[in-house]
Amino acid sequence: MRVKYVLNEVLVGLWRNVTMTVAMIITMSVSLTMLGASVLMYMQVDRMKNFYYGEIEVSIFLADNVTDGQRQAIKAKIDESPLVKESSYETKEQALERFKVLYADSPDFVAAVNVSSLPESYRVKLTNPEDYDKFAKQIEGEPGIQRIIDQRELLQKVFNIFNSVQLMSLVVAAVMAFAALLLVGNTIQVAAYSKRREVAVMKLVGASNWFIQAPFVLEAVVAGLIGALLGFVALFIGKIVLLDNKLQALTAILTPVPTGNVWLMLPLLAGVGALVSAGTAWVTLRFYLKV
Amino acid sequence: MIQLENVTKTYPKASRPSLDNVSVGIEKGEFVFFIGPSGSGKSTIIKLLLKEVQATRGKVVVNAKDVTSLRSWKIPHFRRSIGCVFQDFRLLPNRTAYENVAFALEVIGKTKAVARRVVPEVLELVGLGGKEHRYPHELSGGEQQRVAVARAFVNRPLILLADEPTGNLDPDTSIEIMRLLDRINRTGTTVVMVTHDSNIVNQMRRRVIEIESGRIVRDQARGVYG
Ligand SMILES: Nc1ncnc2c1ncn2[C@@H]1O[C@H](COP(=O)(O)OP(=O)(O)OP(=O)(O)O)[C@@H](O)[C@H]1O
Ligand SMILES: [Mg+2]
Repeated sequence: MRVKYVLNEVLVGLWRNVTMTVAMIITMSVSLTMLGASVLMYMQVDRMKNFYYGEIEVSIFLADNVTDGQRQAIKAKIDESPLVKESSYETKEQALERFKVLYADSPDFVAAVNVSSLPESYRVKLTNPEDYDKFAKQIEGEPGIQRIIDQRELLQKVFNIFNSVQLMSLVVAAVMAFAALLLVGNTIQVAAYSKRREVAVMKLVGASNWFIQAPFVLEAVVAGLIGALLGFVALFIGKIVLLDNKLQALTAILTPVPTGNVWLMLPLLAGVGALVSAGTAWVTLRFYLKV
Repeated sequence: MIQLENVTKTYPKASRPSLDNVSVGIEKGEFVFFIGPSGSGKSTIIKLLLKEVQATRGKVVVNAKDVTSLRSWKIPHFRRSIGCVFQDFRLLPNRTAYENVAFALEVIGKTKAVARRVVPEVLELVGLGGKEHRYPHELSGGEQQRVAVARAFVNRPLILLADEPTGNLDPDTSIEIMRLLDRINRTGTTVVMVTHDSNIVNQMRRRVIEIESGRIVRDQARGVYG
C-alpha cells in the first residue's frame, strides 16, 4: 500500500507540473549527453594512445655526408639504450619505396623525387613512447645525425584537439547540469508548496521524514532517469549517424568507437542523473520543508 | 507525564523571552487549561511539547522523554504518542472525513485494513457516524473540528494537545467539542488545552494555569477563568 501510495504521488506530482518537468528532463538530458560524449572521448583518446603508441617510431634521419663510422656509432648507441624496444635501418631506396606508396595518388610529385633526395634513417620503437625526451638526449650529440623526429608529437596534436573538445563538452555538461540543478530544485519547491497542507499534517501526526520526502525525491529521480535515457539515446544516434556513416572515413584513422563503450554510458548516465536529482531534491526539501 | 523545568524560550530576534523560567508538572490523566492574554506564551508551550520549537533554557519532559535533547530524526516517532487539535482544524480539503482520519494512520505506516477497522469506530465516537464521506466544505465548523479530534485521537495518543480548539466555533458547538474532549480525557488520555473561552473554563472546573507575559501567575486545581 505504501509503495502504491508513493508511486501514485510521484506520477501525480510529475503531471501536475508538466512544463517544469519537461524543462527539467530536457536540461538534464542535454547535460548528460555532453557528459557521456566527454567520457566517451576520454576513453577514445586512451584507446588511440594504446593503439598508436604501439606503432609510432622515432625517426633518426642521417645527414647526406654521413660516414660509415658515424653510422656504426649511432647504431651502437641505439642498441645499448635500455629505452629501445626494437630498431630498424632504412636505406634511401627503401625510403623512396615508402614515399611512392604513401603518395601513390600524386604521381607527378613522386616523379619529381629521386633516391638521393630522401635521407636514410634509423627507425626506433621505444618501450615507452613517453620516454622520447630521455632517448633524444642520449643520442642527440652523435655526429652524422640530420634530424630526430618523434611521431608522438604529431599524434599529440590530434590528442590535443580531442582533449579540448572533451574539455568543452565537460564545460557545457557542467553548465547544463547547473541549470538542471536549479530546475530540479525549483520543481521540487513547487511540488512541496502544492502539497504543503499534506506535509503539515504528516509532520503533525508523526510521519517519518523519509516518508514525507520519498515522493518528492522519487519524482526528481524519475525525471533524472528519463533525462539519462534520452541522453543515452542521443549518444547512440550520434554514434550511428555521425561516426558510423558521415564521418566513417575519419574513424578509420581515429580508431572506431566500440558500441560496448556507448552501452557503458547507460548505467553511467542513469547513475549520475538519478544521484544528482535525488541529492538536489533532498537538499531542497531540507531547506524548504525542514524535514 | 509532562514536565517543564525552568523553561525559557526566546525566539530569534525577539527582545524579551516568550516564556520566562516556567516550571510546571502535569500528571497522567489530568485535564489542564492554559489561559492568559494574547501573546502571553500559551501556544509556545504547545510548540515546545511538540518540539516544533526548541527551549532556549531548561528542560521539557514528555512521556518520560527528554524532549530538549531528543534527536531530530526521533521527532516523528515521538509525535505519534501525541494528538493535536488547532483552532483552524487543519483538514485536507480534497479528502473526505474518513480519508482525513485514515491519512493520519496511513502515513505512519498502518495498513488500509487497520484504517477500515479503526476509522469508522473513532468517527462514531466523535459523533460523525453517517458523515464519513463528506468533504470538509460539506461539514459545519463544529463537525470539521470533530474530524480533527478524530484524527488526533485515532492513534490512541497518551496526550492530546488542543490550541484554542473552540476559537472558531459558536458557544453551543464549543460545548459539544468540550464534551468530546472530556470523554477522551476519561479514557485516560492527558488533555492540555489552551483557551480564551471563560464559559468553558468555568463550566468544566478543571485545573487552570494562567500565564502572563511568559510567566505562570496562577495554578489552581479546580479553577475558574478569573
Ligand atoms: N516565531 C516567532 N518569532 C518571534 N516571536 C514569536 C514567534 N512566535 C511567537 N512569538 C512571540 O512570542 C510571544 C508568545 O507567543 P504565543 O504564540 O505563544 O502567544 P499566545 O499566548 O499563544 O497568544 P494567542 O492567545 O494570541 O494565541 C508573542 O509575543 C509572540 O509575538
Ligand atoms: Mg496562541
